[in-house]
Amino acid sequence: MKALVWHGKEDVRYDTVTDPSIENPRDAIIKVTSCAICGSDLHLFHNLIPAMLPGDILGHESMGEVVEVGSEAKGSLKVGDRVVIPFTIQCGDCEQCRKGNFSVCRRTNRKAELADKAFGHHTAGLFGYTHLTGGYPGGQAEYLRVPFADTTHIKVPDGIEDEKLLFLSDILPTGWQAAVQADIQPGDTVAVWGCGPVGQMTIRSAILLGAEQVIAIDYLPERLSMAAAAGAITIDFKEESVLERLNEQTGGEGPHKCIDAVGAEAHVNFGQPDTILDRAKQMLMAESDRPHVLREMIYACRVAGVISIIGVYTGLVDKIPMGQAMNKGLTFRMAQAHVPRWTDDLLRRIEDGQIDPSFVITHKVDLSAGPEMYRTFRDKADSCIKVMLRP
Amino acid sequence: MSLTNVTHIARSEGDPRVEHKGPSSLTGPDRLARALGWFSIGLGIAELVAPGRIARALGLEGKEGLIRAYGAREIASAVPTLSVDKQVGLAARIGGDALDLGTLALALRPDNPKRDNAAIATALVLGITLLDIIAYSGTKTVHSRERGAQRDYSDRSGLPRGSQASRGLARKDFDIPPDYRAEGRVADAVPELVA
Repeated sequence: MKALVWHGKEDVRYDTVTDPSIENPRDAIIKVTSCAICGSDLHLFHNLIPAMLPGDILGHESMGEVVEVGSEAKGSLKVGDRVVIPFTIQCGDCEQCRKGNFSVCRRTNRKAELADKAFGHHTAGLFGYTHLTGGYPGGQAEYLRVPFADTTHIKVPDGIEDEKLLFLSDILPTGWQAAVQADIQPGDTVAVWGCGPVGQMTIRSAILLGAEQVIAIDYLPERLSMAAAAGAITIDFKEESVLERLNEQTGGEGPHKCIDAVGAEAHVNFGQPDTILDRAKQMLMAESDRPHVLREMIYACRVAGVISIIGVYTGLVDKIPMGQAMNKGLTFRMAQAHVPRWTDDLLRRIEDGQIDPSFVITHKVDLSAGPEMYRTFRDKADSCIKVMLRP
Repeated sequence: MSLTNVTHIARSEGDPRVEHKGPSSLTGPDRLARALGWFSIGLGIAELVAPGRIARALGLEGKEGLIRAYGAREIASAVPTLSVDKQVGLAARIGGDALDLGTLALALRPDNPKRDNAAIATALVLGITLLDIIAYSGTKTVHSRERGAQRDYSDRSGLPRGSQASRGLARKDFDIPPDYRAEGRVADAVPELVA
């Protein structure tokens, strides 16, 4: 089959690989009909997260049709089922899965010993996302083996196009969780840093959850225009002072809720000198992430406010103003999305016409164009915000 | 044996394995920049560990300290050249090439018995400078944000009922789960206090 394979920093190739096969009775194989490149795939593209190996298949946003089912998954799946595959692999039965904390499932990371050393305690297995999360082959491919398939799938109805359903795999529930973990209440002002695909979903989620005012922060005009389309007030951080604008919009008190949809790779620019220092440290392997957004959120947030982190961080960050956070009484919530916790509800909202996630797709291409699209997406060229791939 | 075959030991039996490699996201200028970065590392180490031999070969005795400093500069420019911000490193390399040529000009004086070596070194540095310029302009072109269309997405709300009608729509049938609540009211927590 054909797949997008990681070979090293900035080196993704459209390779011919062997087909996956059933290994475990709970496995299933799906024929991928649509998949996408995620912003967090760029951390792998930049080799920022350790434990990628040449030959790893990328991709954790995919959907398709079941073509083979292991004996123990037959109770919940059958050949021909149409499914979206969550990026988190979950057993459904461990202590954390029973609590709904699927992204920290205790059983699905098949390289738990390695992950224990990196994280202290391992997290769930993820598709196409380094050997710290199991080293499972990803879904930017023609076929995907789904481990723990009886619990790792979202059945979706026929009659709704892939474009509307694909993002149940990651960015829609991720954006939704970002808003939910901020505990948005009617009347709140919510500031969202980063208007990439997850930021865009977060903005829509915040509106659906009743935020009175949503403020979107980025510098790319096409992303700001997409944020404004949903009714967000926009701040271009290259043109304006973020702190001043946020105070203007909130009577000097700051936003009630601040959401980080940027994570490890904050944009480097002279207007924000800490980003330059972070980038230099990153090159010298003295710091793994550039946490400018986290610093800014702590300063900007209203006292007793909530900081919700959904942008992916990879490891060590420097110069976090913990004193300010502690003294202001801020609450921090963060996690990789617990995808299946939200997907039944979100699928119903898609069917009900409350949200149409296809708005975010700016490029729809054949899988063979994947290597070039990784570059286009990373370079933010051609007004690229979200790439959907068809194998 | 290719690296992808070696890494197969980290995979399980049913995992796909690479049979044929296809087109890469790396462009020609990216590969050239990478080669120049590794060249910088090699030259930098040579200048750091053997400045005396280099000085003698070029007739630049007494400049060992300067050559060692140039070695450090080579390595410092290699780091960004090998990173995703390769244009920063390549620009630093072009500046470094100018310094190298200026220093080599001293060795081209007529009374230098190693003048021929200095002439060869100058030609090599000129060649490398050309490659640095090609890599710099090439990476600038292939990674330009300006390539392709500049679009406006102000018609993409993603909220079929419109943003105003959608505000709070989910609250009709969704409550923030208890384990995600961050806010509380005194009236909820200590009712007698506000009674």
